[in-house]
Amino acid sequence: MTDEKSALSVPPSVQGVDRNLDTSSHSAAIDVRNLNFYYGDLQVLFDVSLKVPERSVTALIGPSGCGKSTFLRTLNRMNDLIDGTRCTGECFVESQNIMDPDVDVVLLRKHVGMVFQKSTPFPKSIFDNVAYGPRVAGERNRAVLADLVESCLRKAALWDEVSDRLHTSAMALSGGQQQRLCIARTLATQPKIILMDEPASALDPASTDRIENLIGELCASYTIVIVTHNMQQASRVSHQTAFFFKGRLVEVGPTMKIFTSPGEKRTEDYITGRFG
Amino acid sequence: MTIHFVREMDALHRSILSMCSAVEELIHDSVDGFRAGREGLSAELAARDEEIDALDNRISEDCLKILALYHPVANDLRRVAVVMRIGAELERVADLAVNIAERSAGIISCGSFPLPERLAQMSREALSMLHDSIDSYVEQNAELARDVCLRDEQVDALNSELIQEVVSVVKQEPKLIEAGLHLFSVIRHVERVADHATNIAEDVVYMVEGAVIRHQQISG
Repeated sequence: MTDEKSALSVPPSVQGVDRNLDTSSHSAAIDVRNLNFYYGDLQVLFDVSLKVPERSVTALIGPSGCGKSTFLRTLNRMNDLIDGTRCTGECFVESQNIMDPDVDVVLLRKHVGMVFQKSTPFPKSIFDNVAYGPRVAGERNRAVLADLVESCLRKAALWDEVSDRLHTSAMALSGGQQQRLCIARTLATQPKIILMDEPASALDPASTDRIENLIGELCASYTIVIVTHNMQQASRVSHQTAFFFKGRLVEVGPTMKIFTSPGEKRTEDYITGRFG
Repeated sequence: MTIHFVREMDALHRSILSMCSAVEELIHDSVDGFRAGREGLSAELAARDEEIDALDNRISEDCLKILALYHPVANDLRRVAVVMRIGAELERVADLAVNIAERSAGIISCGSFPLPERLAQMSREALSMLHDSIDSYVEQNAELARDVCLRDEQVDALNSELIQEVVSVVKQEPKLIEAGLHLFSVIRHVERVADHATNIAEDVVYMVEGAVIRHQQISG
């Protein structure tokens, strides 16, 4: 199966998100405390505190410019790459405050991977895309790399579609396949946490469905934080939803509660489309 | 929120209000007809019940259309879900109105039966509960809805007492057994009207507060 259309049927192993998962007993994979973030003099996050339960999906929602993507990027310090930014507060990942200047950000990003809105395959073969991270980390054993590439492509539900053309260009894949390749590439560095910034916003419904099913599969082993503008997507894939507005975390709670009876009027007004 | 969605919700609201009025009128006519011993009422009520059935179907379809096209959430979702449920409850009340008229005709055909004095009180209370449950929906008044739920116990108690009375009469006058069975059904139907009013009130609490109070004890 090489084309997207023939890959639409969902394998029996794909269960999707477990809607009954109770994350209240999960320990926090990420524990953000009193986070403030500034672009120069402009403050864009105000005193945000949020716990992300491990092995679950947390959706960040809110209108454009509310700070949700900025918040997401602080979780693996991607904002460090932007000149003039600074932040205060604490963000604990596995008991380590990643805001500490001594933190090795390369190692941090290995543990906290990221998938972007636009798929960003390297202009290399499918195999080399997935093997890129492990090679940078020093892995040279071909057999180990081959096993890892297969394992990650299987986890990303892409193996069956590309196993016969691993050494062809990744750029020839469809948009949905490229995004799953990027997820496989992220998995190859063996992260504990995966950040997703609108991972399906540029995809057609079938490809979006596959990405959402994949999120449901991956959250059994990984902690996932996803930014999405699609309310239905947030309600479909996440266990916990956090609503941001004007740089503040207005409300966070179980997704079922947020989408049936939110506690804050601003949350209700946003998710029912009355503003934003 | 699109203007189309607002229009659809307004139209849905108007439809359920029409159904509320039609069903209230039907059950009042049925109970009044029973009290007055009016003959030939059931056919007329059955014809009106068919119109209510059609209205129920239309409301269900409109709710499904809104769910499919607009994916409402939060208070909008609760309102659509509750309108669907209220439609189903009202449709059952309309059926009961026809059932009461049929049983009334049965009693008349058997001659007569001494009506328990407190049947009028029970009917008044059940119809008042229905009226208040509808008001609580219109006014989005969870307090009034909770009050309706609490009043159901009183109707249940009257139901048991009246049935005991009917059983006593039939024991003393076995020839009244057929009329007694019809009356027994009328009492049960009136009690069911109160149950449906309670269900509507419970749904209103969910719509307003997001709290599920069905199958739970409410303290007064």
